[in-house]
Amino acid sequence: MSVRTALTVPRLRRLDPLGALLAGAGAVAAVFLPFVVLKSNRIVPGDPRGLLDALPAWGALGCQAVLICAAIAALGVSNARVRLGAALLGVAAVALAVAAAGDALTPAGNKVVRVAPGAGFWVLLMCLGLMATDAVTRMRPGPGLRVLFLALSIVVAGLALAHGTFDHLSVMREYAVNADRFAREARQHVWLALGSLAAAVLVALPIGILCHRVPRLRSGVLGTLNVIQTIPAIALFGILMVPLAALAAAVPLAAALGIRGIGAAPAAVALFLYSLLPIAANTVAGLKRVPRAAVEAARGMGMTSWQILTGIELILALPVILTGIRIVLVQNIGMVTVAALIGGGGLGTFVFQGIGQTAIDLVLLGAIPIVALAFSAAVVLDALAEVLDRARQ
Amino acid sequence: MPGMAAILRLAALALLLGFLLMPQSFAPLFTPLTQYGAPPIYDQGNLLTLALAHLGVVCCAAAASTLVAVGLGILVTRPSGAQFLPLSRTLVNIGQTFPPVAVLAVTVPLVGFGEKPTLIALFAYGLLPIFENTIVGLQTCPPQVLEAASGMGMSARQRLLSVELPLALPLILEGIRLSLVINVGTATIGSTVAAKGLGEVIIAGLLSNNNAFILQGGLVTGLMAILLYDALAGLERRICRTAHLE
Amino acid sequence: MISVENLSKQYGATTVVDGVSMVIERNSITVIVGTSGSGKSTLLRMINRLIEPTRGRVLIDGHDTTGEPAHLLRRRIGYAIQGHGLFPHRTVAENIATVPRLLGWDEARIRARVEELLLVFQLDPGAYAGAFPHQLSGGQQQRVGVARALAAEPAVLLMDEPFGALDPIIRAKAQDDLLDIQRRFGTTIVLVTHDMDEAFRLGDHVAVMSHGRLLQYDRPAVLLTRPADPFVSRMTGVSDRAMRLLSLTTAGEAALPGVSEGPAVAAAASLREVLSELLWRGADSAVVMDADGTRRGYLTIAAILERGRPG
Ligand SMILES: Nc1ncnc2c1ncn2[C@@H]1O[C@H](COP(=O)(O)OP(=O)(O)OP(=O)(O)O)[C@@H](O)[C@H]1O
Ligand SMILES: [Mg+2]
Repeated sequence: MSVRTALTVPRLRRLDPLGALLAGAGAVAAVFLPFVVLKSNRIVPGDPRGLLDALPAWGALGCQAVLICAAIAALGVSNARVRLGAALLGVAAVALAVAAAGDALTPAGNKVVRVAPGAGFWVLLMCLGLMATDAVTRMRPGPGLRVLFLALSIVVAGLALAHGTFDHLSVMREYAVNADRFAREARQHVWLALGSLAAAVLVALPIGILCHRVPRLRSGVLGTLNVIQTIPAIALFGILMVPLAALAAAVPLAAALGIRGIGAAPAAVALFLYSLLPIAANTVAGLKRVPRAAVEAARGMGMTSWQILTGIELILALPVILTGIRIVLVQNIGMVTVAALIGGGGLGTFVFQGIGQTAIDLVLLGAIPIVALAFSAAVVLDALAEVLDRARQ
Repeated sequence: MPGMAAILRLAALALLLGFLLMPQSFAPLFTPLTQYGAPPIYDQGNLLTLALAHLGVVCCAAAASTLVAVGLGILVTRPSGAQFLPLSRTLVNIGQTFPPVAVLAVTVPLVGFGEKPTLIALFAYGLLPIFENTIVGLQTCPPQVLEAASGMGMSARQRLLSVELPLALPLILEGIRLSLVINVGTATIGSTVAAKGLGEVIIAGLLSNNNAFILQGGLVTGLMAILLYDALAGLERRICRTAHLE
Repeated sequence: MISVENLSKQYGATTVVDGVSMVIERNSITVIVGTSGSGKSTLLRMINRLIEPTRGRVLIDGHDTTGEPAHLLRRRIGYAIQGHGLFPHRTVAENIATVPRLLGWDEARIRARVEELLLVFQLDPGAYAGAFPHQLSGGQQQRVGVARALAAEPAVLLMDEPFGALDPIIRAKAQDDLLDIQRRFGTTIVLVTHDMDEAFRLGDHVAVMSHGRLLQYDRPAVLLTRPADPFVSRMTGVSDRAMRLLSLTTAGEAALPGVSEGPAVAAAASLREVLSELLWRGADSAVVMDADGTRRGYLTIAAILERGRPG
């Protein structure tokens, strides 16, 4: 079905229920909710503006035309590709409209006035995002295609940011003020998440192998790791701060290495501890899945225990282990946020500063990249695990 | 081994209750951690009240999440809602990549400080594991059992209430437990947005540079989370055993 | 009596049951056989409207089954399936009581019926009423499954490969039990199976299906000796061996002690010859005579077919 026939002959006999829901919510948002909020400075409540008051007439009309097309596609088109295309066009239109509203409403040279996306923008974005997600889910893209989608989205978003499309929006204003700190905290965030993951893999893999080989240990060891997992992050940070402070005081070398009661050290240790369970448990589960016959055959061919482990068992268990690593990485990226509370840095710094100042723009400056990071990590590692799992069969 | 676990459990419970009821008697233990004569035991509020408030927020949010998540889970597994199933799956997967803190942080500017943002964040985030487990539980009911139920003349409603939900119960309970444990952690962070809870003790310690506060806040919260998790796991085993669902 | 009239089921463009008509007599066992995917289960499930037909209709005792809500219809029709489908969270007694409860029987009547059925199926009520399904053996679970299907005294019992999950020895026992039960309660049974021997053993009538169509519907002996279609003979060909077996056994060896009506056959004749004779004359039983004219005993069609069963 071509796009044209799809749009000109909508099959309204079978109204898509999800589409109806989304189109309805989107229409209400577009008409009644403020598209942007104009604030005279960064923390005061603002002055709501609808789509028509925020944009030059041609911009508002163009944006509305695209949204109406998307709504028609949502209501009456069943082809998933067409729906995805319409949803993505809608996202682009809404994004450009909010950027244009920023440009139009900001007086030239004024650095105090803030133009923030309003509830209408967020609801529209959510509806279009749901429509796109639904279309992608129906298309069941393979792992390669999913990563490609992700890469394309990152490139497009990156180009728009580099080009300065959104520079007049409040979040980007916050970024402009905090640019060098942002780079540093982002690096610290990734570093904490990946570093603790790497250390945990080194330790949890042998633990998992041991638990697999010695079933007697299994419930005790995994049970203990599970107990650690249930302790809330900030509580574990607190519990670790005291011994680490003592260590720094007693061993000058530790202090010289940057270990202190407060800061990144307790965060890193806690994240490391949290990461142990998913990796160890999945290693055990993955090894359990290895067919006995394969191991017997290898033994029959005279492979040593070490050769069997590295050449057969771990290879076959890899997809499951990778699933554990995915869980840990996503979990760590989220949990590093809390590290900011104890001076551990990371993007959480902006989140908690933002909370403290009730500056939602600052919160978003921290939260959006965190979610984007976690989401990207999940997509990439899921795809990797799926590819490996297919290769296995 | 079970004997050992029971002793540990009792000891942890005794420790927690002892500390919450008579915190001052633990003062000598915490004094070495303080400097310049700072108070060794949290003195800006009653620990027991904080613990109860913490539990209250967590349980209220979990009750609301359970109602909504189980309801939605039932809806998308009925023939009439089947269209929404793949999308709901994807949404749960995406939702779980959002850190709970981010959900909390974004809610604050919308509804202001206090209990409200914490409740909303806990509710929203708590939906995910329960919803996911409800769907899995309802979808993994053995097909022959469902076939037999319909074949014997149960209406769709009777089948849901007397066969499907009881069979899905263990997984639903597990979802509730996961969601409660995440909630205990998130509610701790709720203290940064002025919700009443045990996070207050840790935050107060961080602000006043008092390691004793930090440690006791961490220990009390940690113990409470572990005991709650353990109690729920026990309850789950018990329900499943009496219903013969292992 | 169940009349199936021109019943069809289509999924999209594919027709999985194609214009099937048959009349199932009261108090009889009708067995539906056919290759996998031939539409047996679909046909069966249209009788109790677990599947709604695309065309055609089903009458039970002259009443169109679409005349009442499907779930009420199903409460009047027993239904047993492979792997029994017992509710794992309910005791044996509760499982059996399912339909009586749905029908609102009073507790005393339910209790009495459960006890009666447990005894009929050789399960001691004291030991098994309160047991959970996972505590029973496969054969016991299967018996409870059938007991549950019979709980509300249905006039019709539909069974979809009820013995499919049982090992051969228990299966033979379960088949014997079913014959007993059928005689005892006079239930009209429609049963689906893959197993030709089971069909010949249990069926008063056998229906052979292929690609959704009903190829032949007749008494087992007719199917054996006068297949309507090459496919039918290939299906019953599973029992070619049975026919050979029958040629190897003499009437004298197989004769049952006792007296009976019917034509006389020689003790030296093979069972195959006796079977042809009976089918030719349309008789059910024959008197076996020795060469000297004394009565050796008698034979029935069922007994001969039973002889042909391997194992
Ligand atoms: N809901 C459905 N949608 C589409 N096709 C179906 C559906 N149910 C059954 N079929 C198809 O209808 C055909 C007949 O199915 P049915 O279950 O009646 O076969 P059967 O004879 O009972 O096979 P078996 O011996 O394997 O149980 C099969 O090809 C099956 O794939
Ligand atoms: Mg079948």
